[in-house]
Amino acid sequence: MCRLFAVTSEEPQSPIMAVKALDVMREGHDGSGVGLFMSDLGGPLEEMKGAPILSGIFTNEGLKRLDQYMMNLGFMTKYKLSIKVPKNPPAGVPRRDIYLVRAYEYPEAWEGLSDRELQQRLLMTRIQLRSMGEETGDMIVYSFWPDVIMIKELGDPLSVAEYLRLDREELQARVILAQGRQNTNYAINLYACHPFFIQGIASMTNGENTAFVPIREFLSTRGFPGYIGYQSDSEVFTHILHFTLNRLGLPLEAYKHVITPLQDDDLERHPNGPLLKQLKHSCRRLIIDGPNCVMGCLPDNTLFVVQDRKKLRPAVVGGRPGLYAVSSEMCGLDAAIPDRDKKKDFQPMHLDTAIIRPDRSEVKICSQTEPLPLPL
Amino acid sequence: MLSNGTLTPSTLSVKDLLWQIHWEKDKCTLCGRCTAVCPVHAIELGVHRKRSVRLPALAEIGPGSGGSNVYEVYHGIRQKTDPAYACVGCATCSLVCPNDCIAPYRSDEVDKLRFHINRGGQARSRGGRRNVPEFAGGSVLDRIKFIRISMLTDPALDAGRHEFELRTLLGRVLPPEENLRLYREQGWIPPVREIYPLIIGGMSFGALSPNMWEGLQMGIAYLNEEIGMPVRMCTGEGGCPPRLLRSRFLKYVILQIASGYFGWDEIVHALPHMKEDPCAVEIKYGQGAKPGDGGLLMWYKVNKLIAAIRGVPPGVSLPSPPTHQTKYSIEEAVAKMIQSMYMAWGFRVPVYPKISGTSTALAVLNNLTRNQYAGGLAIDGEDGGTGAAYNISMDHMGHPIASNIRDCYLNLVKLGRQNEIPLFAGGGVGKNGKLAANAAALIMLGASGVQCGKYIMQAAAGCVGSESDRCNVCNVGLCPKGITSQDPRLYRRIDPEKVAERVVDVFLSFDMELKKIVAPLGRSTSLPIGMSDALAINDADAAQRLQIQYVV
Repeated sequence: MCRLFAVTSEEPQSPIMAVKALDVMREGHDGSGVGLFMSDLGGPLEEMKGAPILSGIFTNEGLKRLDQYMMNLGFMTKYKLSIKVPKNPPAGVPRRDIYLVRAYEYPEAWEGLSDRELQQRLLMTRIQLRSMGEETGDMIVYSFWPDVIMIKELGDPLSVAEYLRLDREELQARVILAQGRQNTNYAINLYACHPFFIQGIASMTNGENTAFVPIREFLSTRGFPGYIGYQSDSEVFTHILHFTLNRLGLPLEAYKHVITPLQDDDLERHPNGPLLKQLKHSCRRLIIDGPNCVMGCLPDNTLFVVQDRKKLRPAVVGGRPGLYAVSSEMCGLDAAIPDRDKKKDFQPMHLDTAIIRPDRSEVKICSQTEPLPLPL
Repeated sequence: MLSNGTLTPSTLSVKDLLWQIHWEKDKCTLCGRCTAVCPVHAIELGVHRKRSVRLPALAEIGPGSGGSNVYEVYHGIRQKTDPAYACVGCATCSLVCPNDCIAPYRSDEVDKLRFHINRGGQARSRGGRRNVPEFAGGSVLDRIKFIRISMLTDPALDAGRHEFELRTLLGRVLPPEENLRLYREQGWIPPVREIYPLIIGGMSFGALSPNMWEGLQMGIAYLNEEIGMPVRMCTGEGGCPPRLLRSRFLKYVILQIASGYFGWDEIVHALPHMKEDPCAVEIKYGQGAKPGDGGLLMWYKVNKLIAAIRGVPPGVSLPSPPTHQTKYSIEEAVAKMIQSMYMAWGFRVPVYPKISGTSTALAVLNNLTRNQYAGGLAIDGEDGGTGAAYNISMDHMGHPIASNIRDCYLNLVKLGRQNEIPLFAGGGVGKNGKLAANAAALIMLGASGVQCGKYIMQAAAGCVGSESDRCNVCNVGLCPKGITSQDPRLYRRIDPEKVAERVVDVFLSFDMELKKIVAPLGRSTSLPIGMSDALAINDADAAQRLQIQYVV
């Protein structure tokens, strides 16, 4: 069972904060990998909010191919964060050539495109790079999106963080998701490391996904090019969220109604019962059966956490206005925000979605039995 | 053969028969119950002559006082050897014998009877089931194992105490985007029923005795109204008793229309008086037991009541044509028929076709996916039961269900329609008693639910049929248990209340077994349709064919 930690803060934070919280919970991960998602960036990248940032791992050869490809598209490098890799990686960490974090200027030809079209092209570019990399193994691409950095590597989280010197000044973010991996039944593969990302939406999960195969079949047949991968059974949670928000046009509060719909008796009493019944029917193949805790972040930097219907995974959310964190275990939260009011800590149960909006003023608990905030 | 008998090509001895009656003279009280009860008159009172040699006592020995023969007559049971009266092995004689002195036994070799049951050029027709004696290891469905046991990385659940929601949908489910759009625009959304995934498959009022039918209906009503399990039952072809059509219990019934349209006159007349809509309408294009052949209710069973409901004269055989009269192409027939049926109930009742398992099932399915009104597809595999069919149809025709349903499901997945058109599988589910395991295997192969008939007959009413040519007289109304007879002297043997009790027993125990399968897989909040990663079989070819894991 992996360990998860997510933080949202008014002040930019170093990812080391999240990695340290993971380290406190180290009994729960086996050092097989770490994944970081950072958005609402601080440091030098704060000035480039609109520029798409490419994150990934490249060989020298892969970098040449990348440059060629991006130039052909008309992308110009605007800023790069160079992570110089020391010679001797720690135990369990493979030797890599380049950890890439690079911001680009949009091609001139893309000017004037609608947001939707722009987002679609960014997605297609990432997928194209990913498939180019899969042919030869010289590129691994995590994200290509404005104001988002992702770093993933095999090995123990703290060792990896020290090895890559993630405490550097220029690496700062107001929203950080971090996962320490406990490898289960799928092969160790960087694409299987959480968090997963699609068009500004990121999420990470702990626990198995017992309904993985039917969900994967459903998503991959929606005719949407981004629903690929699935080296990990948890990737579907990110895609279901994307499907709920982007394809169905529903708010975050509806996510839980898709993955863990209410039972029929409760639906009868729900103010949006008829709609939710339809949703339950048509999204039946997206019902997750746990045991999972899902933490994630939306394109507007809203942070959230939900549990499966059985609530068989731990999670606690706490903090103070301006700084909130969600953690698999209490000790992770204690390590990150020791001076909070612990009485206000909240452990989401089987009906709850805990949401921290980008104003970071409060943790809003939304229960599935409440009316959905639907546009009129 | 008696000394004054004639030897003809069809003269058989008891040794040539499939079922041989063993009768013990010492125990027999000559009460006559067995001969009275035998549905096929295979046994009769036998008058036997016996010779015993009497020797004189020692004191009487003298010249000319040799032994003498004493001839005595004794009475007992004689088994007829005329093929027309061959014992069917139902063992009703054993059931009524007060002294356990009579029982049928299967021949120790292949019988000779099979070569002689086509006299008059009539190929053998019968009731019952496929006669394929089970080989060791069981059917493909029996051999499928559930291997993805939740261990440590995810906890297994408690089948006894956890909350489960194991329902399935019957009816056309729209793609999510379209569904929500139509909901917002208040457009027409196809009707969908949330039902229990085990359906009692189509067995007509006519094939089954009134007591059996009533028992099933009562059991279903109890399950729905007292236990809260939304179990549904299909009528088969032959309509519905008028009172049921006008009662609230109609909502638990799937009305079947088949090529003979029997009983639909009554249904149409009842339409204005219906308090409830039926659960669904099933259009039967084929069934598993006699694929490509129409239904058949033989004249023996068409009594006044059946004739009245079906709108035919009593005492005539009712063979339905192999196909619907209006059908010259699937698009035409299916679309038109589905549309008409929808219109009859104001587009509030899902309509779906049922076909025999066939290698052309994919063509049918592809057609249905393009028809937005098709509410599902039921496929009945070769092991499907029947009321009456030619022996050849039952034993040799049709497609096994496992690969048929799998192909259809994977095809839907390829099209991205796997949640839109539910597949229902039938045909041999639970034929060896493993109802829940077979059903769960089919669900994980891709079926949204399963239909079963034979299992219900055997478990809820005590049908004695087997896959070794036992009994099989359902078609001629001689059912020794009264399950499939229209003769009151026979069907009074079956108590509807007791059938209802057994139906409830079957569904409750099935439900527990289903939970005992899904809970260790970590599933509880939705029926694991298509969860093929949980399946495996110890046969590499079958594994490859079904695209599941091979394990040994």
